Amino acid sequence: MVEELGKTTEGDLVINVGPQHPATHGVLHLVITLNGETIKNVEPHLGYIHRSIEKMSESLTYRQFIYVTSRMDYLSAHINNHACALCVEKGLQVEVPERAQVIRVIMDELTRIASHELWWGAMAMDLGALTPFFYAFRERETINEIMEETCGARLTMNYMVPGGVLQDLHPDFQRKVKEFIQLYKRKIHEYDELVTGNIIFQNRMKGVGYLSPEDAISYGCSGPVTRGSGVSSDIRKRYPYEIYDKLEFDEILETGCDSFARYLVRIREMEQSVRIIEQLIDNIPEGDFQAKTKAVLKLPKGEFYQRVETARGELGVYIVSEGGTTPYRIKYRSPGFSNLSVLNKIATGSKLGDLVAMMGTLDLVIPDIDR
Amino acid sequence: MQNEELKTIIAELLPAAAFEEGGEWLTVQVEAADLLALAGKLSNNPELNFNYLFCLTCVDWKTHLTMVYHLRSTQYNHHLVLKVKLNRDQPDVETLSAIWRTAEFHEREVYEMFGVNFLNHPDLRLLILPDGWEGKNPLRKDFEDPINMIKL
Amino acid sequence: MWSLSQIAGSIHEWLSTTFNPTIALVLEMVIAGVAIIGLFAVLGLVLVIMERKVAAWIQIRLGPNRVGPKGLLQSAADTVKLLVKEGMTPDGADKFLFNLAPFIAMIVAMLLMAPIAFAKDFQLWDLNIGILYVSSVSSIMVISILMAGWSSNNKYSLMGAMRSGAQIVSYELSAGLAILTIVVLTGSLQVSEIVQSQANGWWLFKGHIPAIIAFVIFMIAVTAETNRAPFDLAEAESELTAGFHTEYSGMKFALFFLSEYVNVFIVCAIGATLFLGGWMPFHIGNWDAFNHVMDYIPSSVWFFGKTFFLIFLIMWFRWTFPRLRIDQLLNLEWKYLLPISMVNLLLMTALAILGWHF
Repeated sequence: MVEELGKTTEGDLVINVGPQHPATHGVLHLVITLNGETIKNVEPHLGYIHRSIEKMSESLTYRQFIYVTSRMDYLSAHINNHACALCVEKGLQVEVPERAQVIRVIMDELTRIASHELWWGAMAMDLGALTPFFYAFRERETINEIMEETCGARLTMNYMVPGGVLQDLHPDFQRKVKEFIQLYKRKIHEYDELVTGNIIFQNRMKGVGYLSPEDAISYGCSGPVTRGSGVSSDIRKRYPYEIYDKLEFDEILETGCDSFARYLVRIREMEQSVRIIEQLIDNIPEGDFQAKTKAVLKLPKGEFYQRVETARGELGVYIVSEGGTTPYRIKYRSPGFSNLSVLNKIATGSKLGDLVAMMGTLDLVIPDIDR
Repeated sequence: MQNEELKTIIAELLPAAAFEEGGEWLTVQVEAADLLALAGKLSNNPELNFNYLFCLTCVDWKTHLTMVYHLRSTQYNHHLVLKVKLNRDQPDVETLSAIWRTAEFHEREVYEMFGVNFLNHPDLRLLILPDGWEGKNPLRKDFEDPINMIKL
Repeated sequence: MWSLSQIAGSIHEWLSTTFNPTIALVLEMVIAGVAIIGLFAVLGLVLVIMERKVAAWIQIRLGPNRVGPKGLLQSAADTVKLLVKEGMTPDGADKFLFNLAPFIAMIVAMLLMAPIAFAKDFQLWDLNIGILYVSSVSSIMVISILMAGWSSNNKYSLMGAMRSGAQIVSYELSAGLAILTIVVLTGSLQVSEIVQSQANGWWLFKGHIPAIIAFVIFMIAVTAETNRAPFDLAEAESELTAGFHTEYSGMKFALFFLSEYVNVFIVCAIGATLFLGGWMPFHIGNWDAFNHVMDYIPSSVWFFGKTFFLIFLIMWFRWTFPRLRIDQLLNLEWKYLLPISMVNLLLMTALAILGWHF
């Protein structure tokens, strides 16, 4: 905060939003320079929940380090694990059984829906409408129950392991997922009625937080943030992994470049995720849920990079191996970190009330940024 | 564009570049002094158009540091990995934040975690570590925190 | 039949026969004061539990359900908690103003109770400028918020107070004009006369479209004036944590909280008086039998029923809409509501002069 104070001119007001603040959904600390209600500068200060997962992973084996990554972006725990598992498999050159691949994709998409549901509720809450939060949790709860049955956890799931998944599906899995899809289809119109179509909401979102396609690329944004600016960036489509290249789904692109476009992308992405699950849920092949791997995994010397599409964007796992049982160096390229870097760019010049709308549509998850 | 074609173009752009084999993507070793010029050409060249820096990190090899830049082109979908060897005691390298804005944040992270000094960086200060942090850079291999260290 | 006015009348009779007139008057004032404070406390409790139950109902959950039958005593338990909590004063605060602000908010809310007709012939003070009194006294409310925001020595509080100042001052205009449209119809500022003028039908129905427009504008403006969502910018929790009362705790916070709810009650009571006939029963033209049945319902039930219906509306707004931004809020007032209500007032004046209303 001291540096920001040094840069102010007379009439400016420097306020700390966070680390404890209702709108930052975690311990993000933003130092905001205001002129009246108008934002002049936003400076994120990070590190309040930095656990140094990269350093930690250096002393964990290839089986162990995956579990830590569930705590990175806790809303897409499955997808984080998936990225790590894929990266280790790439190094080991293991062929994952088809059943495991299908299960992984279903889990990923369920996670994506759950994450977007939470985002939807929390973003509406930032804008002052508390009710959507409860409507979002009604559906999210069903997903959590499915997760709990199969993976044993509701939030920080650890289900994907190198070679497949940890254990077979719960017998009720298919029935429950179908029930969820039924529920989702029955209730999704309420989302539009309650929030999307609301005139106040649209006025708060349209034209707010303009992010041009060039900036979106230059700032390294990914996921719905870039797709809201009309830049194709879906890893599932562009660099398919697992069985995504065999599935039918659309990459959602909006050209509004504003908060409302980013909002629409996420809302419509949920529908695509449901579409993917519908294609797979009746066609889970029989067979092994895990490939045979050695008890102690050793990656050959070299560098391995794997990226996946999490609910927030492109997650990259970069493993540098020296041939041992632990990675020499791991880098997680987290989507939130790059998406946060664009905040100052899009927030400058707008009102303080818009800042929460922008932060909401960037969908920041702080442990993902801090790692 | 395939790796071989990329290789010929880059060899033209920078004859001193050394290519590394074995990786998924074409990997180019460059000297710290050549980095900024090459990066500028990579992003400006309409045939290459490397406009997306999706990963910027550093690896501590105990004898030296290596900066690793993962680039891709959103237009052509080709990839390139740039590597720069740095002296461990005085790691100086030009910033790439003027070419790819995302580098600004990532370089700040590398700066505090590895102690790499980015020349001409617009805003090089601590991002994650607390203000007034003294001592070694946490992600270097010889870092030890005597108070909070938990050995596994 | 027992009615509030009869009870009041018999107390008055008993006092004036037992004591000399001066003491009787003093005693009556004391009783009225105690009654108002009692009403204040009861309203606070009832409205808080109502808000929570309405919120729960809208948000598909149960709401408070542990303390007392169906959780009805929850707000009593909360009051006890707030009473015994430590009331902190920040070091850097202007202590005098900081401690004074909640009381001003409270006193304003109490003053506003005076001219409200709770039932037939049951009114504290039927002054001949009742409506003007209400709209002018309620303006003092903004002073307490500004005072709280300024004296807290907190940037969030200050911003909340500034927003609130801009908001209340602007929305008062629309509220005032909406009130004026009814005053034009009745030709009186006295609450009892306004109610009496609706004996054959409420102004909402008698006043044609201008009355309906005025009613809608009035509801929007008073929602803004009482700092309720979607106009709760002064305490926008996701932007300013809690706005002007960020630094308040314990009973001082409770007073702000209470005065907010009492203000909601008062503005809804005014709305009910002006547009929905106050304590007047619902009558339809010459359906004598129907009207007779309606007359059997006590006037206090009518009054509180209408008021709580409007309160429910305001709560419904709160749990449905997102918050506006400060510039949108002011745009709405100055570019839409104010011109519309001005034209509407003109229309209503023309209607009243030509006698086109029922």
